[in-house]
Amino acid sequence: MACSEERPRLSNAIFTRLRALLGTSGVDRDARGLARANPDTSDALSLVCRLAHEEGWKIRVEGRGTWLPPDAPADLVVSTVALEQIVSVSPADLVATVQAGASLEALRRRLADYGMWLAVDPPGRPERSIGSVIATATAGPLRHGFGPVRDHVLGCTVATGDGRLVNAGGRVVKNVAGYDLTKLQVGGFGGFGIIADVHLRLRALPRADVTLVARGPRDVLTSAARDLVSVHLLPSALELLSPALAAESEWVLAARFLGTDAAVQADVRRLGSFGDQKWQPLPADRTAAFWSVAARGSLGGPITLRLGVLGDGVDETIDLLSHDLDEGLISAGAGLGMIRWTGDAPIEQLRSLRRAAAAREIPMTLERAPWPVRRALGHFGAYREGVGQLVGRLRDTFDPGQCLTVALEGADNA
Amino acid sequence: MNSFLFDALARIVGSRWVKHRRGELATYSMDGLPTHEAIPGVVVMPGSPHEVRELVRLLHLIQVPFVARGAGTGLSGGALAEEDAVLITLTRLNRILRVDGVRRRASVEPGVVNARLSEAVAPLGLQYVPDPSSQAACTIGGNVAENAGGPHCLKYGVTTNHIVSLEVVLPDGSVTRLGSEQGEPWGPDLVGLFVGSEGMFGIATEITVRLEQMPESVRTMLADFTTVRAASEAVSSIISAGIVPAALEMMDQACVAAVEASIYAAGYPTDAAAVLLVELDGQSEAVGGEAQTVENILLESGARAVRSASALGDRARLWQGRKKAFGAMGRIAPDLAVQDAVVPRSALPGIMDRIEEIRKQYRLTISNVFHAGDGNLHPNISFDRRDPATAARVQLACRDIMAACVAAGGSITGEHGVGSDKLDYMPWIFDAETLGAMRAVRRVFDPAERANPGKVVPVHACREWHAVKSARA
Repeated sequence: MACSEERPRLSNAIFTRLRALLGTSGVDRDARGLARANPDTSDALSLVCRLAHEEGWKIRVEGRGTWLPPDAPADLVVSTVALEQIVSVSPADLVATVQAGASLEALRRRLADYGMWLAVDPPGRPERSIGSVIATATAGPLRHGFGPVRDHVLGCTVATGDGRLVNAGGRVVKNVAGYDLTKLQVGGFGGFGIIADVHLRLRALPRADVTLVARGPRDVLTSAARDLVSVHLLPSALELLSPALAAESEWVLAARFLGTDAAVQADVRRLGSFGDQKWQPLPADRTAAFWSVAARGSLGGPITLRLGVLGDGVDETIDLLSHDLDEGLISAGAGLGMIRWTGDAPIEQLRSLRRAAAAREIPMTLERAPWPVRRALGHFGAYREGVGQLVGRLRDTFDPGQCLTVALEGADNA
Repeated sequence: MNSFLFDALARIVGSRWVKHRRGELATYSMDGLPTHEAIPGVVVMPGSPHEVRELVRLLHLIQVPFVARGAGTGLSGGALAEEDAVLITLTRLNRILRVDGVRRRASVEPGVVNARLSEAVAPLGLQYVPDPSSQAACTIGGNVAENAGGPHCLKYGVTTNHIVSLEVVLPDGSVTRLGSEQGEPWGPDLVGLFVGSEGMFGIATEITVRLEQMPESVRTMLADFTTVRAASEAVSSIISAGIVPAALEMMDQACVAAVEASIYAAGYPTDAAAVLLVELDGQSEAVGGEAQTVENILLESGARAVRSASALGDRARLWQGRKKAFGAMGRIAPDLAVQDAVVPRSALPGIMDRIEEIRKQYRLTISNVFHAGDGNLHPNISFDRRDPATAARVQLACRDIMAACVAAGGSITGEHGVGSDKLDYMPWIFDAETLGAMRAVRRVFDPAERANPGKVVPVHACREWHAVKSARA
């Protein structure tokens, strides 16, 4: 990346050009004085990207500033905060169209008015933008019952690095027309364009929401979780939380049941009669706070990464994490897998962890870190043969001028 | 096609597995859609992933286009090859390579028949959920190419939700592995991008799927209505109540009449304007409670009667008419154009009225059997393609139905794919820039555009994208 963080004269010129494009209210400066474009429509976003492409300016994309630190070197910032409209909600079809900068919390409140919800509970703060959650594919514990982030996204509009607008997917819940370009954007970390708006699959608000917790040694809890998924219990979340993340003295296994009263009551009864584990129901008024603390806990250190493991690999992989880094703040899908770790570690240790994980056929994704770490490691790495070339060509297609400052792969993968 | 090529192909797979006589090629001139026909230059039938790689490498070297084909049950003309192309049939790659009951994964070759996989894992209490109506014949490889659906995808998702990893042969003959057994993408979600690419990004030679636990309890309910509108509204009411049935299917009167007149008669009421099949699954107590709620909704929505079954045999009888509907329609006319489109659920009543208008306008026989829960329509037109005037009216009716679905905010296909059948409709739902993006992505995988040429993306409607060769590694 050839751009510099300290180019005040260029920054002034960029500021002026952006203001001519977006008007006075559409441009401001970030904390470091960098020109920041705040487009409020996909067309405006497209114009900004096209201008940057033509001028060879580097873009840092920002959402609501609560997940990735705003520290990537760039000539200008493109923020999605003004893309905050909840464009449409269709209760009969259980579909909503939302601009990328809308916060999760605003969406939650609006959908609740209609008796609906988006079954996604990502790590971080409730004011996180929808675009951030989708671009980073950061699913939370509810992925156990409702699937990863990509299962909730029906389509999206994206501005490419050279300012083209691509409308991927659609607004219906089943659709195989054309290639599934939406999948490239979900979890693409903005490397293939900037998401302007998304069409989301919703669900009717569950009538019942019950969480039960068990406490104890980690291996006992993971063993109990594996047993639970082999019987006919259908929790929406079955998450293992490290003592530090749960703010408790022991590891916690939390089972959350959502659905109709009949289904939830049946599951809770069966859970109580299964195995030796002592399950304690959380009081209804503490349920939301419990999961909120777990979600915010992922901001308890500067680096968050996720490791793709299955349920039977959770224990061993946490051992690996503890050995190579430290126990940190861990949230793990104890039933179906996936581990999220938050903490701090030197780049070399993280690199070594990625290699060790890859040797065990475990993909490691850097979800969140300061720019020097992202730059060195990349969000992704240790690709299998042939994958790096495909990803590189896809990036060239969607960002031919390399305007989007996104470290999809790190320097050591280059 | 010349003898040099036939010999070269035979050296890879053996002469027995190269078909080039006119009579042999005719077998491959259609898929399940009778409105499109093409004779391939040659058909080659590899018996191993290694042979697939060798074939694709050879075709790359001599720059010959190719089309991958499974069982040929597709319904969009997607697996047809023109005479300048080699048709690579994958039905001999039919091994189930691994089943891991604990991790709930299976790895299969692309030619494994969909239903065979579920049969193989049933003793473990597991199932492979996507269940297209053709599941007794269609292959998992074809399901991956088309991102196939099926009745039980309402609750469990379509093919893309069940594929975790793929070994693929790219059109230049190189091999790569996408995704991970765990289901976590290894980098950007290239598995998600590959599934549904209709054979234009390469050939999957090993497919790792997610298996699901068999439900503890299943309840199937059949309700009949005097109007399609009332049945459609019942569908929305069930979903709005927070219940996600495993399946929620509708058949109209014409479909019921066809079924009941056939050997597949299931005892559906022939005087009903529509019947709904609702299947609930899960824990026994929960299914019981939800079944009561659903029955109340059905009756409140105007159902004349609700039949319910839990035992396997009784449920199978209720399903029989639905599962065999397409076969039953074979009695009506020699040919059946099975169409596929999607509308928002709320548009179902209006679109059903519009399809009826189109049926009258073009004087055709249309039966509707479809996945009502996700708004995925299948208007089926019975006709005789030997009558050119009728065949022309069928094409016009299909076009009008697609236009109506698009106007209602829907899509031109929910599970059958674009293939060659719906190429002309793509610009109705995607602008030139987006079509250009699709073509550019295709070129990432296949720069010479030799894999399944001429399908999915109408090249003339694309805005051109030039991928710049950058210094990016």
